[in-house]
Amino acid sequence: MNWNVILPLIGFLVLVFAIGTYASKHIRNAPDFLQEYFLGSRQLGGFVLALTMVATFGSASSFVGGPGVAYTLGLGWVLLAMTQLVTGYFTLAVLGKKFAIVSRKINAVTLIDFLKERYQSKWVVLLSAFSIVLFLFSAMAAQWVGGGRLIESFTGLSYTASLFIFAISVLVYVVIGGFRAVAITDSIQGIVMLIGTLLLLIGTIIAGGGIENIMTELAAENPKLISPFGADGSLTPAFVSSFWILVGIGVVGLPQVSVRAMSYRDSKAMHRAMIIGTVVVGFIMLGMHLIGVFGRVVIPGVEVGDKVMPLLALEVLPGWLAGVVLAAPMAAVMSTVDSILLLVSSAVIKDVYINYVRPTASERRVKTLSIGITAVIGILVFLMAINPPDLLIWLNLFAFGGLEAAFIWPIVLGLYWKKGNAQGALASMLMGVGSYIVFHTYSPNLFGMHTVVVPVILSLIGYVVFSLLTQHQQRSQQNQIIERFWGE
Amino acid sequence: MGNQQNPLQEDRRFRVSNREALMGVGLALLNFIWWYAFAYGLGGKPVSEYGFILGFPAWFFYSCLLGFVLFSVLVYVMVKFLFVEVPFEDKEGEET
Repeated sequence: MNWNVILPLIGFLVLVFAIGTYASKHIRNAPDFLQEYFLGSRQLGGFVLALTMVATFGSASSFVGGPGVAYTLGLGWVLLAMTQLVTGYFTLAVLGKKFAIVSRKINAVTLIDFLKERYQSKWVVLLSAFSIVLFLFSAMAAQWVGGGRLIESFTGLSYTASLFIFAISVLVYVVIGGFRAVAITDSIQGIVMLIGTLLLLIGTIIAGGGIENIMTELAAENPKLISPFGADGSLTPAFVSSFWILVGIGVVGLPQVSVRAMSYRDSKAMHRAMIIGTVVVGFIMLGMHLIGVFGRVVIPGVEVGDKVMPLLALEVLPGWLAGVVLAAPMAAVMSTVDSILLLVSSAVIKDVYINYVRPTASERRVKTLSIGITAVIGILVFLMAINPPDLLIWLNLFAFGGLEAAFIWPIVLGLYWKKGNAQGALASMLMGVGSYIVFHTYSPNLFGMHTVVVPVILSLIGYVVFSLLTQHQQRSQQNQIIERFWGE
Repeated sequence: MGNQQNPLQEDRRFRVSNREALMGVGLALLNFIWWYAFAYGLGGKPVSEYGFILGFPAWFFYSCLLGFVLFSVLVYVMVKFLFVEVPFEDKEGEET
């Protein structure tokens, strides 16, 4: 065991626990338990908001899988990763003020609260809750596998033991601290990710003898490594551009991201978050993936992509500093998992249980159940992750695409288009998710683009066509909804 | 549309949010064009003809590095000078 590496990691975990305990005090004193536990009482400032979005979004794939692929394919993969720059400002600009204003008007705590009030349809709610639980559960499992593997690689413990450590760490602070704990730990994790990226980038450039030297050596090995097309020519412009949909603008449809657009304190916080978020996302994505490319010169011949990051950190940095840097992917994984965990449990508790099973449940009962269900879901994921499926990055992206196809139009058009209605939303979700699964299975990369593109277009068509076809039904209900959402 | 009741008094804050959402979309479009044009415009040539800036191939420098800096600045400018602060809470606590 390498204690130099492990000690900073333990320090990091202790800090995270302390935050959970701090946040749990807020929960005890909060006037409205649900608002506090699932939304931090809508008090996030700009800095925390920006970092919690970045940390939630930047997952194991950005820190472990991503640099590994960049190592194999070269600068073309960095080009692809930079499609994420747009998420920093686009999501907040589009959902931005409108989502914050509307969710306060209707007192929404979860994304599904919003959909429920906007579409007044039981089926929309149940289908949404189902998609969230299904897709986010698999995303979570993929992340836990990543977390377990990371601890395994630093400590040399068995995979199961590593996963157990990871699970306990996340569960404790999420279960006791709720959204506020998640947001604060996310910010700290965001800072760790930022510093980790910076240190490792500098270390790698020095170890590689400067950028010029690195580029020359890469070009000598295979000129395509410094082209936008990837070492094997597999990165076509159509494929790379389609990532603008998957990891750029489509992110608006991810519940774990959009729910954050309900949580800011005021419009000033949102403005600051857009600026900080863009800079931080851009820097981390650019830095992390460049590190992967540069790493090819510093440590040639790594076979397993996922090991590039840890090996590189141990190679180019002193032990204790490597520990700090390796806390970055840990932070990324934990901060993605914690918010998803909370979201899945809110879908179960708030959206299904309180809506349909027992609307009259007492505050105390809701409290106990929220904490209990969060813990139970965590334990279920742990059990799933013990026998993990391979290919972490693709499982994760599968969930991303499915959720985007399901939610992007019901959210965006629900906010901006008065004629959008429940039939449109249902058609959109069914067509989006259905076609995503079909294409993913039978014809991935249709027209040379990422699988997500066609389902997103189909779900848009579904939304518009069905909303227009059924616009004469339930006229008065639709007018009430419009009055409530758009009215003064 | 075809509604005889008193016409809807739309929340005034939405004019601000609609305009800002459109600005966000516009900036994203611009960002895409910048990113694509430099990456495939300059990067589409044979590698032996690449120019280099600060050690990076020119396509990468303009598309990814300069693009990152430029769009961070543009976001700052957009938010600082074009976005308007509005209160989120309702003025007279609506019925729940």
